[in-house]
Amino acid sequence: MTNESTSRTLTMAQAISEAIGMEMERDSRVFYMGEDVGKYGGIFSATTGLLDKFGPERIMETPISETGFLGTAVGAAAEGLRPIAEIMFVDFFGVCFDQIYNHLAKNTYMSGGALKFPAVITTGIGGGYNDAAQHSQCLYSIFAHVPGLKVVVPSNAYDAKGLMIEAIRDDNPVIFMYHKGIMGLSWMSYFEGSTNAVPEESYTIPFGKANVIRQGTDLTIVTLSQMVQKSLLAADKLAELGISAEVVDLRTLVPLDKATVLKSVAKTGRLLVADEDYLSFGLSGEISSIVAENLDTLQMKAPVLRLAVPDVPIPFSRPLEQFAIPQVDSIVDSARQLMNAKAFK
Amino acid sequence: MEPSSEKLLWMYKTMIEIREYEEAMVKVYLEGKLPPKIQKGLAFDIGAGPVPGEMHLAAGQEPVAVGVCAHLHAEDSVVGAHRPHHFAIAKGVRLNEMTAEMFGKVTGLGRGKGGHMHLFDPKVKFSCGGIVGAGAPQACGAALAAKKMGKDWVAIAFFGEGAANQGAFHEALNLASLWKLPVLFVVEDNSWGISVPKSMSTSVASNADRAAAYAMPGIRVDRNDAVDVYMAAGEAVARARRGEGPTLIEVKTDRYLGHFQGDPEAYRPKDEAPTLRKDDPIPALGAMLRSRGLLNDETDAGIRAEIAARIEAAYEFGRSSPYPEASEALQHVFSS
Repeated sequence: MTNESTSRTLTMAQAISEAIGMEMERDSRVFYMGEDVGKYGGIFSATTGLLDKFGPERIMETPISETGFLGTAVGAAAEGLRPIAEIMFVDFFGVCFDQIYNHLAKNTYMSGGALKFPAVITTGIGGGYNDAAQHSQCLYSIFAHVPGLKVVVPSNAYDAKGLMIEAIRDDNPVIFMYHKGIMGLSWMSYFEGSTNAVPEESYTIPFGKANVIRQGTDLTIVTLSQMVQKSLLAADKLAELGISAEVVDLRTLVPLDKATVLKSVAKTGRLLVADEDYLSFGLSGEISSIVAENLDTLQMKAPVLRLAVPDVPIPFSRPLEQFAIPQVDSIVDSARQLMNAKAFK
Repeated sequence: MEPSSEKLLWMYKTMIEIREYEEAMVKVYLEGKLPPKIQKGLAFDIGAGPVPGEMHLAAGQEPVAVGVCAHLHAEDSVVGAHRPHHFAIAKGVRLNEMTAEMFGKVTGLGRGKGGHMHLFDPKVKFSCGGIVGAGAPQACGAALAAKKMGKDWVAIAFFGEGAANQGAFHEALNLASLWKLPVLFVVEDNSWGISVPKSMSTSVASNADRAAAYAMPGIRVDRNDAVDVYMAAGEAVARARRGEGPTLIEVKTDRYLGHFQGDPEAYRPKDEAPTLRKDDPIPALGAMLRSRGLLNDETDAGIRAEIAARIEAAYEFGRSSPYPEASEALQHVFSS
């Protein structure tokens, strides 16, 4: 189970396709649907090599008909199959969200628990490479907002493999969101911390267990996905400034590991939420509320600080995008601001 | 109706302008994206260089754009998709400002906020977007507006054959037919939805057949030829202006380049694109013009020189314009 057991490193894309392949070998009910998932191997390489291994009956190329194949996943899951459906970019959920939030998410509940929907929806998220407003969003908060969906957002290859296997074995709908800028693609710059040692054997990482990826004492940075990698780089810079940052990688939004967040904030007394989703009505507000609801047990040294996309669509132009999406330096600046904030009167 | 000499020459010039513009873009786009200037281990960096992000080019697909747009006025609306430059140029979108947009400059159509897939030029009523199929119902909206205002304007939705499998396409067709909207749905069938051949994605050989399900004319143009497209679109536009409702046209066309620049195209037979280029529609129209005495070496050289100068100026404008201030990212979320 530990990543010390092997010296083999994989990119996050390789880890994801390996996990899917292992589960397809283990369980004949598992199959994959999506656009360009066959010969192309997935636009973000989540299915590289799987068509050759499993053939077109199980690696199913779909038309550009997201409502069609998402609904197909809902129906097939109800019959006991275990579909994985890929929506190329999370932004494209707009054309098929009904199948997800009105059906996939609710049918277990509305059937009084009589039906289960063991489906995984995979999708690429995030910006940073100038793909503009319709191809750069994160949107995980929208999925986490809807009851009935588990939401997984890994930050590195090791976690991605264990979380993907867990997702496929889960009897509930799981949204598995991979940030394009940590997949280790050969055609997009990425954060190299996301490529790490991955055991060859099968393993799972349970949902709802945040990972304290770096220990610290002065402030807690709660984050996820690519922003974990940015936060680790920021923590290095902060260390040079004499500031000790603890970095909490949430790994999953639903279920959410409130205990680990609280434990860390209880230790540091300062919370910075670093998020690549929109600021308002989302993850950063949710995490802040954990602190607000537990102020009676916490000794906060500063108000909570939220760093996120400032409620604007992701702009195309490089200086605008760099401004809108939190960067390593903006995490550093926010942490310093937090350290300089006045204690409560 | 046969195109006039004037229309033939316009289509020829415009196709050259589109092709030359995009060939220039192939080179500019690659600037800064290749080793050794990028992250070690990468073959290509999509987010680097003066024109970052995705880039979908339309070399080979010019006949669709000019054959339809030859019938349009500034008041007619065009809604393109993620591969928009040929339609934009044929509709008369401001070339300098469009180019500046792709460079992310403040002088761009959208002040650098939209980029190449999201071009808006209200002066000639052009728009486009990056979500497959989304333009079809929006064109219905433009057509409905024209009808409500008592104008004889038409709206065109251009999209690829892959988009005809989206729910939005089918809903738009039904609505347009039901409400007799002055709209044309123009399908560019370049045979490929990224890596997926039409035969693997579409239950009918010709999307024109789908028109019957919505009680509207469906026309298949089987040759990648500007005049053939012109003829088909002419009747459809006239019908729309007469208030007789929508038409669906599918044009067989060719994608010479990858889905996007940097596409490894491992899914595509290696000799396909070079073979397709042998049927290049631009020299074909040039030969026709020559046979009619409308073009000779001298006039052709003059046309090409004029276009080259315009394109060079557009790229220079884009390159040399300033970036927006970073804080502009916070503006324009709402119109006021």
